[in-house]
Amino acid sequence: MSHSALSEFAANLRAAPRRVLETMFRSGKPTTDRTRSSFVFGNVFLHLHPARTHRWSLRWTTTWGLGILCGASFLITLVTGVLLMFYYKPYPDVAYQSIKDIHFVVPTGQFIRNIHRWAANVMVVGVFLHMARVFYTAAYRAPREFNWLIGMGLFIVTLALSFTGYLLPWDQLAYWATTIGANIAQSPREITDALGITDTFDIGGLQRQLLLGSDVVGEEALIRFYLLHVMILPLALVLLMAVHFWRIRKDGGLARPDDADQRLGPPPADTYPVFTEAPQKTYQLAALVKGRTPAVGRGPENTVPTMPHLFYAELGVFMLTILICLGLAIWMDAPLKELANPNVPENPAKAPWYFLGLQELVSYSAFMGGVGIPMIVIIGLGLIPYLDREKTGTGEWFGGPGGGRLVASSVVFGLAAVLAVEVFAIRLGWLREWFPGIPQLVITFINPGTLIAAIYALYSLRVVHRFNSVRAGALALFTCFLCGFVVLTIIGTHFRGPNWHFYWSPADWPMH
Amino acid sequence: MTTHATTQRSRLDPEPVSRRDFLGLASLWAAAAALGVATLGMLRLPKAAVLSSPSKKFRVTLPESLPAGQPFIPPGRSVALYRNAEGVFAVSLVCTHLGCIVKQNPDGFACPCHGSLFTAAGAVRKGPAPRALAWHKVTGSGGHYIVDEGVTVPPGTYLKA
Repeated sequence: MSHSALSEFAANLRAAPRRVLETMFRSGKPTTDRTRSSFVFGNVFLHLHPARTHRWSLRWTTTWGLGILCGASFLITLVTGVLLMFYYKPYPDVAYQSIKDIHFVVPTGQFIRNIHRWAANVMVVGVFLHMARVFYTAAYRAPREFNWLIGMGLFIVTLALSFTGYLLPWDQLAYWATTIGANIAQSPREITDALGITDTFDIGGLQRQLLLGSDVVGEEALIRFYLLHVMILPLALVLLMAVHFWRIRKDGGLARPDDADQRLGPPPADTYPVFTEAPQKTYQLAALVKGRTPAVGRGPENTVPTMPHLFYAELGVFMLTILICLGLAIWMDAPLKELANPNVPENPAKAPWYFLGLQELVSYSAFMGGVGIPMIVIIGLGLIPYLDREKTGTGEWFGGPGGGRLVASSVVFGLAAVLAVEVFAIRLGWLREWFPGIPQLVITFINPGTLIAAIYALYSLRVVHRFNSVRAGALALFTCFLCGFVVLTIIGTHFRGPNWHFYWSPADWPMH
Repeated sequence: MTTHATTQRSRLDPEPVSRRDFLGLASLWAAAAALGVATLGMLRLPKAAVLSSPSKKFRVTLPESLPAGQPFIPPGRSVALYRNAEGVFAVSLVCTHLGCIVKQNPDGFACPCHGSLFTAAGAVRKGPAPRALAWHKVTGSGGHYIVDEGVTVPPGTYLKA
């Protein structure tokens, strides 16, 4: 042997850092199409992406980056939430003091808490907008029906995370919003009471007791909400997210119109053609797996490498999300009221803004506003992809019979209906004012929300008939409910004051 | 018995379950049932057997000068006590709608959360509250009473003073 083991040892030692990097990434620097592809599918974190992405998916107007916005804001809440756990103590009164510590004593504590709070709000807004995007581009259709249901699961878990986080500061706002929430869980009692079966079948009481672990909002409730907020719900969210992302890929990427390739025109001149050199196509697994792959039936020529095109776009949205959260955190402090006082409710005791539409309905009857109408909306949303089996308009904004004009007229109708019912109820009162002796069951079920939902349902049935299309009816109904949600939320947020009375402006609230 | 029944059966008819398949399916379902029951058993844990709430009974002394129809609200409690010609009674101040604490107003009580109104005796006058305010059990005599917030009595149950 010409050189000794010692010199080989030295050479290996010098090469070790380079070799660690090489073995970490395996495929070398992503400089050619081939290495870029293996960079994506050879990495456990990146391989949820396809190696190549269709150009339609990369247009901003296809998604507006809303899905990534949701995921990015979740990552931000995850990191800031873990940081807050260093100091937060889930025990009544102590919890409040620890939030005060985070606010005033802990280095960057106030800033991190602000980011956590606003990222959670950004996430809720993002989930709403993302759902609207998927609906309006008819991207829930086959084969993506089940992913729409997974998305609804994510929507519900997101709201649950927000709600459970609301109690943790143990201030007045937290305490009374939780009291109201727990009693909404108990509101099926309105029905079992009316039927006289509460003693034997008390589903409402059971729900409340499981949520609070007690019959009052106390230490048991706080530890349960904490457990849900930092462990159970985030795990559920991550699990659902994994399935959600995986299925996007397995369902053939983002929905696009059949003629997307013609509409996009030929790829830019600098796009490197695919599969020209050494077209070693094999069928291996693909021959065994049923269903479609992104490339079946059409050439892959309108795709570009995911690395860098899609990754740069995703990174852009991620950075933008961080920017929004930082901006909000600098601009506004997360609120913290006085220490929770079980004897004096906050007046008005308002839930987080995205629940104030429901709170407005709850102020007429708890069961219908807090349980009945949300259940109807959730079941209705879940049925959409199974009722609309049409083909036209997939992947296009406001696609389907009627299109943008139908959505515009539905906005007008939806706003008019919800405003008419609310103005009527606020000016003239509701059932009990006119018929004091009316049975409770009637008051429970005939909520202004019930009336609004019925008007919307009839309107959309008419639209189904007029356009002879289920998709047209879905466009009308979804748009109407969106309008109803926005109007009720604004009324609950801005126009309701102490004792839930109507005020034109918070400046008119009486001092108390 | 030489004709094979299997050859005459339509291709779409299910084949009879073989013994091996039956045993396999039976053990699969048995495992599923066992896991299901185990899950139910685990769900039993979060339903507390003992509720860790503070004592619901408390002692109260009514002022001698308390006028009839005027509520006396012991500090830190969500109960209004009255003394009138019929006797002493206690009305809960927890709104039957969503659990907020109602506030006294000239006509009785008003709920700050969703605007329910109640008479001084707890009957619903307006708003979303599904039931009248609860009446609690009062015992004792001579100005000294024990109120049990854990026991609800029918409205109109007075303790003779």
